[in-house]
Amino acid sequence: MNFVQVSKSLAIVATLSGAHVAFAQDVTGAGATFPAPIYAKWADAYNKATGARINYQSVGSGAGIRQIKAKTVDFGASDMPLKDDELAKDGLVQFPTVIGGVVPVVNIKGIAPGQIKLTGTVLADIYLGKITKWNDAALTALNPGVPLPDAAIAPVARADGSGTTFIFTNYLSKVSESWKTQVGEGTTVKWLAGTAGKGNEGVAAFVQRLPNSIGYVEYAYVKQNKMTYVQLKNKDGQWVNPSDDAFKAAAAGADWNKTFYQITTDQPGKAAWPLTNPTYILMFKSQDKAANASAALKFFEWAYANGDKMADELDYVPLPAAVKDLVRKQWGEIKDTSGKAIAFK
Amino acid sequence: MAAILPADDANRVDRSEPEPNAMKPPPPRRRVAPWADGLFAALSQGAAWLTLALMIGIIGSLIIGAAPALKAFGLGFLTSAEWDPVQEKFGGLVMIYGTLASSFIALIIAVPVSFGIAIFLTELSPSWLKRPLGIAVELLAAVPSIVYGMWGLLVFGPILATFVQQPLQAVFAGVPYIGALFSGPPVGIGILSAGIILAIMIIPFIASVMRDVFEVTPPMLKESAYGLGATTWEVVSRVVLPYTKTGVVGGIMLGLGRALGETMAVTFVIGNMNQLNSLSVFEAANSITSTLANEFAEAGEGLHQASLMYLGLVLFLITFVVLTISKLLLARLKKNEGARS
Repeated sequence: MNFVQVSKSLAIVATLSGAHVAFAQDVTGAGATFPAPIYAKWADAYNKATGARINYQSVGSGAGIRQIKAKTVDFGASDMPLKDDELAKDGLVQFPTVIGGVVPVVNIKGIAPGQIKLTGTVLADIYLGKITKWNDAALTALNPGVPLPDAAIAPVARADGSGTTFIFTNYLSKVSESWKTQVGEGTTVKWLAGTAGKGNEGVAAFVQRLPNSIGYVEYAYVKQNKMTYVQLKNKDGQWVNPSDDAFKAAAAGADWNKTFYQITTDQPGKAAWPLTNPTYILMFKSQDKAANASAALKFFEWAYANGDKMADELDYVPLPAAVKDLVRKQWGEIKDTSGKAIAFK
Repeated sequence: MAAILPADDANRVDRSEPEPNAMKPPPPRRRVAPWADGLFAALSQGAAWLTLALMIGIIGSLIIGAAPALKAFGLGFLTSAEWDPVQEKFGGLVMIYGTLASSFIALIIAVPVSFGIAIFLTELSPSWLKRPLGIAVELLAAVPSIVYGMWGLLVFGPILATFVQQPLQAVFAGVPYIGALFSGPPVGIGILSAGIILAIMIIPFIASVMRDVFEVTPPMLKESAYGLGATTWEVVSRVVLPYTKTGVVGGIMLGLGRALGETMAVTFVIGNMNQLNSLSVFEAANSITSTLANEFAEAGEGLHQASLMYLGLVLFLITFVVLTISKLLLARLKKNEGARS
C-alpha cells in the first residue's frame, strides 16, 4: 500500500464522515438577495459553533415566497412583508431578522457626501422626470450656496426586481401623491426616466461613471465605494445623514406589538432615516418536518443572540432587543403536527 | 470479450490472405448478439423522440404558464409598450423591439467582418499566419458571455461614450431628427452597445463556419477561374460564394440565433429601461432575455409571471420564425441553382 492509496482511502473516509454530519441537520432556506450576505455569514459562524448546516439560496424575494408556499424549503425570505390576511390564508408566520437602509447617491463634480439636501417629493419628481436639471428652482431652494451645475439629471434605477426598489418606491409613494398614482410601489415598477443597472453593484457602477447622475443603493455599497450620499428630510422635518443610528431610530419608531407587518419607511422620530426597512423570514405555523423547523429556529435564535456584531460589520442594523423578544413570543405559534410548540433553544 | 475475439481472428486471417479474386463474396457475417441491432435502433429512435417530446413539453409548459397573460392581453401584448408591474399592465413591444434591433445591429456588423476574416484566412493569408489567426478567432467563442458583459459595461461603454457618442452628439446637437438619433445619457449604454457586444460574440461563429465552407470549395474550380485571368475578388464572388452560399447563410443564421437568445452580456450593457420614446441607438432599452433575467426571480404569481412566460413564448416564436425563414431561403437557393444549370 503506497502513499497515494493511503491518502485516497483517507479522503474517502473523510468525505463519508463529513457527508454524514451534514446530512444530520441540513436546513434550507431561499429568498431575498438583500440579506443574503448576512445570512451567509451567520450560517458560516453557526456552522463553526454548532456543526449544523444552513443552506441559503439567494434567489429573490418572489421566488422565496413561491418556494416556501410549495414547501420546497424550510424557510423563505422576503424583503416585502406579507399582509396579515395573506399570511393567515397560507398558514404562515413572518418575523424580521435585520434592518437595512437604502441611500440615494449622486455623482456631481465638486459635491461632497451629505452636501446635497433632498426631500422625498423632490426625489420623486426627479425620478418622475419632472425635475430634469440640477439647477432647477426646487433644488436650489433646498440647497442655497451649493454649486449645482446647469446639467441634465441622469436618474439610475434598479433593473432587477429587488427589495431595495421596494423600500425606495414605498417611501416615494408615501410622500408623493403623483408618484403613488403614476408609478406606485413594488419590487419592480415602471420607471419613467433614466437608465437601470442590474443589482446594487450595477447601479453603483452607473452612478460612479455617469456624471450628474443619481441612484439608490443599499447602505453597505455607499460605505464600501465611498459614494456621495445625500441628506434627506424625515417625517419630523429634520435633515438626516444615513447612518446605523438613523436606521435604528427608524426601526424603533414602529409599533411591533400587534403585527410584524411593518414597513418602516418614512417613520417619525427626530433621527430616523426615512428609507429603512426590515427584511423578513417566512415559515409555516404547522410543521410536518419538526426537526428541520427546530433546527431553523435554533439558527435564528443563535443569530439573534450572537449575530449583532456580524450584522454591524456588514452594515445591516440588528433588531432592537424588544423586537427580538416579540419574535421569540411569536415562535411559540410554530407547532408540529401534534400541536406541540417547536423548540428553538 | 470472448465473443469478439474469434471475429477479430477471422478478420486478421482475412486481411493476411492474398486476394485471389476481388469479386469473391465477403465471408458471412457472424451475428454476435442478435438483439443488439434492435436495441441500438430503439435507443437512437428513443433519443430522437425524446428531443421532440422535450420540445413539445417546453412549448406546452410555456403556453400553460403564459395562459393568464394570453387571456388578459391577447395579441395586443405584442403591440403595447406598457410594462407596469404595479398596475399589472403588460405589453412586450419594447422588449421585442430591443431584441430585434440589437440582433439586427449585431448582424450588420458581424456579417461583413466575418466575411473578411474568412476570405483572409482562406485566400489571402500567408500560410504561417492561418493557424494562429484561426485559433484566435475560435478562442473568442470560448469567452463566457458574462465576461463580455462586464467588459462591455466597464471598458467598452466608456470608450464608446467618450469617442463616439459625445462627438456625435456635439456635431448633431440641435439638428432636428438626426440629433434625436444620437440623444441619450452619455454613458455608452443602450441598443448600440448591446448590438456591438453581440456582434463580437457572434463573429467567431459566423467566421469559422464561413472559413470551413470556403475551404471545401474544390481547388480545381478556383484554379480554373484564376487560370482564366480572374482576380481574387472575382474568384471569391463568382466561384467561392455561389458554391458555398448555403453554408454561408447557415452560419449567419447560427449567429443570429445566438444573438437573439443571448442574455447576460446584453443585460449588462442594454440599460434595462422600458422606453420607446426615441429611436436613439444610445438610449437605454430592454430585450426579452434581459427582462426575463431581471424580473423573473422577484415576479409574484399571477399576471407578472405569466407575462414573463408570454415574453419567453414570443422569443421562442421569433427564433422559430428565423429558423423557418432560413430554411426557406436555403430551399430557394437550391431551387435557383437547379434552374440555372
